[in-house]
Amino acid sequence: MSYVTKSPWVIHYDGSSCNGCDIEVLACLTPMYDVERFGIINTGNPKHADVFLITGAVNEQNKGVVKQIYEQMPEPKVVVAIGICATSGGIFKECYNILGGTDTVIPVDVYVPGCAARPEAIIDGVVKGLGVLAEKRETMIAKIKIKEEA
Amino acid sequence: MINTILWVIAYLVLAPVIGGLLAGIDRVITARMQGRFGPPVLQPFYDVLKLTEKEAITVNKVQDFYVLCFFIFVVITGCFFFAGGDLLLVIFALTLASVFLIIAAFSSNSPYAQIGAERELLQMMAYEPMVLMTAVGFYMFTGSFRVSDILSFGTMPFLYMIGIFIGFLFILTIKFRKSPFDLSMSHHAHQELVKGLTTEFSGTTLALIEVAHWYENIFLLGFIFLFFANGTAIGTVLGLAVCLATYFLEVLIDNSFARMKWQFALKSSWIIAITVGFINLVVLRFMP
Repeated sequence: MSYVTKSPWVIHYDGSSCNGCDIEVLACLTPMYDVERFGIINTGNPKHADVFLITGAVNEQNKGVVKQIYEQMPEPKVVVAIGICATSGGIFKECYNILGGTDTVIPVDVYVPGCAARPEAIIDGVVKGLGVLAEKRETMIAKIKIKEEA
Repeated sequence: MINTILWVIAYLVLAPVIGGLLAGIDRVITARMQGRFGPPVLQPFYDVLKLTEKEAITVNKVQDFYVLCFFIFVVITGCFFFAGGDLLLVIFALTLASVFLIIAAFSSNSPYAQIGAERELLQMMAYEPMVLMTAVGFYMFTGSFRVSDILSFGTMPFLYMIGIFIGFLFILTIKFRKSPFDLSMSHHAHQELVKGLTTEFSGTTLALIEVAHWYENIFLLGFIFLFFANGTAIGTVLGLAVCLATYFLEVLIDNSFARMKWQFALKSSWIIAITVGFINLVVLRFMP
């Protein structure tokens, strides 16, 4: 059995979001929704994180930051794009400095559309991400086995 | 001799189990105090097991070695203590363990880890005098630094060492890494220093630090127990009860204080050590 699904630690980054989705992400941690029930902890450190929650569209300035956070996270890891801006760029899509959704920079596993995404939807998205996390863990083990045999 | 070996084996096997359970209960109580439901009691074990499943990322290869040394020396500290060894040796081994953790954090060259390491050094400066005074207090009271002699001493040390007990309780907050003294790293998401000391550690290395913390907690609660041990069943039960009450008190303090600056940590713990701790030592010296 894989324990990655039992203790997913999240890191949360605000691309160029209006802060709406951001506040809803933090609302998940409050007594009302209390995601720590599922072992979810908000860490400020990519090296401790399993799930990358990103809100807002990616722009030219934070492209590097998003990439770096993603690369610093140890495998297995999952990216959850929260809100319509992180999904596709939303109403900012046509802006001159906006690249588009998160998937223009890093691979995204789960999309949670909404403006702003509701906490219930965010929790749903993260729980869906856990399934992907378990799958990635399986492929990781398989890769290690192939390496050992070679 | 066989008794000693049994105690050491019991410590090696049971300390991480009890320490992890206490950490889980801590998290549930914390959640309830904040009006939340909280994670399962076994959550700390899930966390550690998950960390062992993660990819190993190391900034500097040597840091894993230092963390391993930290783990080994924390375990050895507890072994000396539960084998009934010399309290001074126990304290020196504990200090060495902390030094290894600090070097590990420094070796990663990350500014966050380095500030965390510096703060850990300041924390050591803050708690070390009181820990030494505790050992000296036990010596002056029982005439021996050996844990086995203190345990078989007959009179309850607590009655004569209340000042030292209060001082030790105070620095226990630093050792348990609880607010207001969780300067170098904390289990909560205070993000002022990213994750302080442990910023650059991930995967198995981080799991090792967590398990070492459980070992350390049990050993520190053993110190609390020593204040009440007098060889009788009543002393044993009272000691264990006070250990649990102490842990609860630390959780309560953790939830009711914000993080303080290092200046306050250093000043307050030295003032406490000099007042209640030192006065208690003087009283013990002139006691008939």
